Amino acid sequence: MTIATTLERTEVPTELARGRGGGGPAPKRVVVAYGFWIFILSDMIMFSALFAAYAVLHGNTAGGPSGADLFNMRSVFIETMCLLLSSYTCGLGVLSAERGQPALFLVFAVLTFTLGAAFLFIEINEFAGMIAKGAGPSRSGFLSSFFTLVGMHGLHVASGLIALIYLVAQVLVQGLRAAVLRRLLCWSLFWHALDIVWVGVFTLVYLMGVYH
Amino acid sequence: MLGRLSWAAIPTNEPLPLISGAVVGLVILAVLLLITVKGWWPYLWREWITSVDHKRIGVMYTVLGLVMLVRGYSDAIMMRTQQAIAIGDAQGYLPPEHYDQIFSAHGTIMIFFVAMPLVIGLMNFAVPLQLGVRDVAFPVLNSVSFWLTATGALLINMSLVIGNFARTGWMGYPPLSELAFSPDVGVDYYLWSLQISSVGTLLTGINFVTTILKLRAPGMLYMRMPVFCWTALCANMLIVAAFPILTATFVMLLLDRYLGMHFFTNDVGGNQMMYVNLFWAWGHPEVYILILPAFGIYSEIVPTFSGKGLFSYRSMVLATLGICVLSFMVWLHHFFTMGAGADVNSFFGIMSSIIAVPTGVKVFNWLFTMFRGRIVFTTPMLFSVGFIVTFVIGGLTGVLLAVPPVDFVVHNSAFLVAHFHNVIIGGVVFGALAGVNYWFPKAFGFKLDERWGHASFWCWLIGFYLAFMPLYWLGLLGMTRRLEHIPDPAWRPMLLVAEAGAIIIFVAILCQVAQLYVSIRTRDQRRDLTGDPWNGRTLEWSTTSPPPAYNFAVLPKVETIDAFWHMKHAGRAAPPPVYEAIEMPHNSPAGFITAFFATIMGFSLIWHIWWLAILGFVAAVFVVLIAGWSIERDEAIPAAELAQLERGG
Amino acid sequence: MTDIHEYVFEDRTPGVEERGSTAGYLSYTVGLGLAILATIGSFVVAQTNLLWPPGIPVGLIVLALAQIGIHLVFFLHLGSSADSTNNILALAFGVLIVFLIITGSVWIIANLNNNMMPMPH
Repeated sequence: MTIATTLERTEVPTELARGRGGGGPAPKRVVVAYGFWIFILSDMIMFSALFAAYAVLHGNTAGGPSGADLFNMRSVFIETMCLLLSSYTCGLGVLSAERGQPALFLVFAVLTFTLGAAFLFIEINEFAGMIAKGAGPSRSGFLSSFFTLVGMHGLHVASGLIALIYLVAQVLVQGLRAAVLRRLLCWSLFWHALDIVWVGVFTLVYLMGVYH
Repeated sequence: MLGRLSWAAIPTNEPLPLISGAVVGLVILAVLLLITVKGWWPYLWREWITSVDHKRIGVMYTVLGLVMLVRGYSDAIMMRTQQAIAIGDAQGYLPPEHYDQIFSAHGTIMIFFVAMPLVIGLMNFAVPLQLGVRDVAFPVLNSVSFWLTATGALLINMSLVIGNFARTGWMGYPPLSELAFSPDVGVDYYLWSLQISSVGTLLTGINFVTTILKLRAPGMLYMRMPVFCWTALCANMLIVAAFPILTATFVMLLLDRYLGMHFFTNDVGGNQMMYVNLFWAWGHPEVYILILPAFGIYSEIVPTFSGKGLFSYRSMVLATLGICVLSFMVWLHHFFTMGAGADVNSFFGIMSSIIAVPTGVKVFNWLFTMFRGRIVFTTPMLFSVGFIVTFVIGGLTGVLLAVPPVDFVVHNSAFLVAHFHNVIIGGVVFGALAGVNYWFPKAFGFKLDERWGHASFWCWLIGFYLAFMPLYWLGLLGMTRRLEHIPDPAWRPMLLVAEAGAIIIFVAILCQVAQLYVSIRTRDQRRDLTGDPWNGRTLEWSTTSPPPAYNFAVLPKVETIDAFWHMKHAGRAAPPPVYEAIEMPHNSPAGFITAFFATIMGFSLIWHIWWLAILGFVAAVFVVLIAGWSIERDEAIPAAELAQLERGG
Repeated sequence: MTDIHEYVFEDRTPGVEERGSTAGYLSYTVGLGLAILATIGSFVVAQTNLLWPPGIPVGLIVLALAQIGIHLVFFLHLGSSADSTNNILALAFGVLIVFLIITGSVWIIANLNNNMMPMPH
């Protein structure tokens, strides 16, 4: 069944089909990606509630340490670069997958995973250090909101890495079929969105915290 | 090993929960036994439990909502009776620590497990049919959504007999909901049952926004969609935007309770008002999530039973979109009295008054639709007219409450209670009952009995007015909400009238049960053989009753608003359909099994059985990963078989 | 002719690639370069006196928005073509809600905090 014949049967002029949805149900790739985009927006809204809580509570140090006392800007910079580069390698990975180059895709997938894992490693170290100093999440409202906001982002990164392993396994077993490509596309949307959230985090939490 | 769970969790010294728990338990056992004896398990598993068909899922949601209505109602009649008895020196029969659980459970159940499932169920059933497509965008996720909602309902009901429920009210404000003041499992039941079901609800929101925007029959431009689909779109956009706020807020309260953090504690840097603020930033859009689909249902029923197209489709759509956006700009009106000051209060007060305007536009549109129409007073139409009158009253008291100085007098009084029941019962419940009566023939192939339907409507209407109009007056007299004991004997007459109203609502529920029973027994006499029992206007009426699993063998070609009406009156014969193979998704047990493990996880977290909680969580994740592994999930129905099915072979 | 038919049913969605061969790699690399510059810029602005001190928060926010924009355009391919309307509208709605939640909460809580009785510390 060619697209041309379907077009004749529905007799929908081309200008009606684009964007305004007069052309009938969209193809699966578009439906899945759009649904995932909506999910990502909902996740951004969840983060915004945590950001709002941080904005409100960041001054409530309850006599304990503040951000300026605790944050190590060098490791934040390294973390940021790791995540940004992993977004880049993720994008290149998706490109190679869509062009049917599984080997290249695997290379980029491994790079993305490594950079993401490096980000997590640095972050976990940071958290452990703060907890060891007595500046854990139960020390003050500020620290509760800091650990939750940054930790929630870290949990998302960790889930993304686990999902990446799962998807790489799917590629290895089932090849770069349409359904697998759809999932890789969704995963990359997720990964880019996490980098966008991180931009918010390092700007509003770390940089603003240290500056003030 | 079992956390803080022990035999002491069962309320052996409290007759009410024990007896009601025992009765419900026996009923459930009897039902399970009946199913086993009759050998219905394979059918139930295949056709309902693992179904990913939006029509089946819609029916299950609606059944869940109606069953939980009975539970929510029982809480209500208990409260009404206590308030009718415990006046002056009399102490009533419910001690405060029970009364508090009852009003908390009543609110939580009615909002999350009655109103939401009813509204989501009706959207599930009707939206894909009205859009002229075969299912929602993500059918398996749809099943997951339903079963996670059922998990939440199960957990909250378990709190009746294992442990206790929250005593904080349905909003769960800290510091009362913090560990220091609610150390027992009650608030944890509240938080986990809602967190789990909210995941399901969020998935529904994503599903329907995608479906309505990306999956419509050819030619169905945005301005040709039925109004119910517009309101469903806006309600689901609100779900996607608002529920994450609730999730984050509950995460923070859970972290306070489980890991000793200080988001909302009294000391060490917590800020309780932040909870109130974030809760209502979700809570206000939530009430629009409930009412918008109801508005959409009325927008389908009123034109159908007036024999006229909807008056001013365009302004209806604009009003809906306006309500959608404005609903995120009014939330402070739920806590005017908490000291934000004049600027903040006046901004939100003005916005709250403005949001009444689009609703007024809708009411006028319905009235103008009815004007000079040929009105048929079927049960759905009765509920719609009852809604218009009742909702206007409730909306007016809402605009009163939107004025901060007025709110300072009546905030948290019985006046407020009367207002929100006015709009929720008059708006959402009437809408759900109208929708059930309207779409029942499409779902099951036979109409519901009209006489019992009329009886249930009149009992609901009279019962509602008797139960809640006195509360407006009592609120103005100074009665606050959530009173377990009534200090002023002068309030007795009004409270007795309210009790009478509550009993009449019980009669209304009995009438609905009778309606179902009678209709099922005489179903052969009331078969819908044409698929179009009401002379409808939208595409769902172009299918058989019930529709085949794939809804439409060939997707309809849409050229106007009220597509089916124009097809009927087109005056030319439809060309013979040309069948092609279609793909329909397989059933999937993923939803049910994920929810099963989610229940285990939730229960274990509540009772601090950490090893079991981890197991439940890991198992649930595994189910998702395993279900996701297979990428071939559809099966094809070849064209020849389709042709045969359509011919009735 | 084929192009039109394929285009009729082709909807745009974030992340979906166009059919160019090197266009994709170029997009990501340019995006990375710009993002690195903006990131380094943020750290410099925050930790030095290059920017007039009272203007630092504004500078940081502008740079953050720039980085987010770079991500949206170069990594997520959110363009301005007619077919992207749905995606842009969804994003706009999301941005509006995020803005309302954060600014609304900060405004409300600041007012509430101001009106609290003085607490013994």
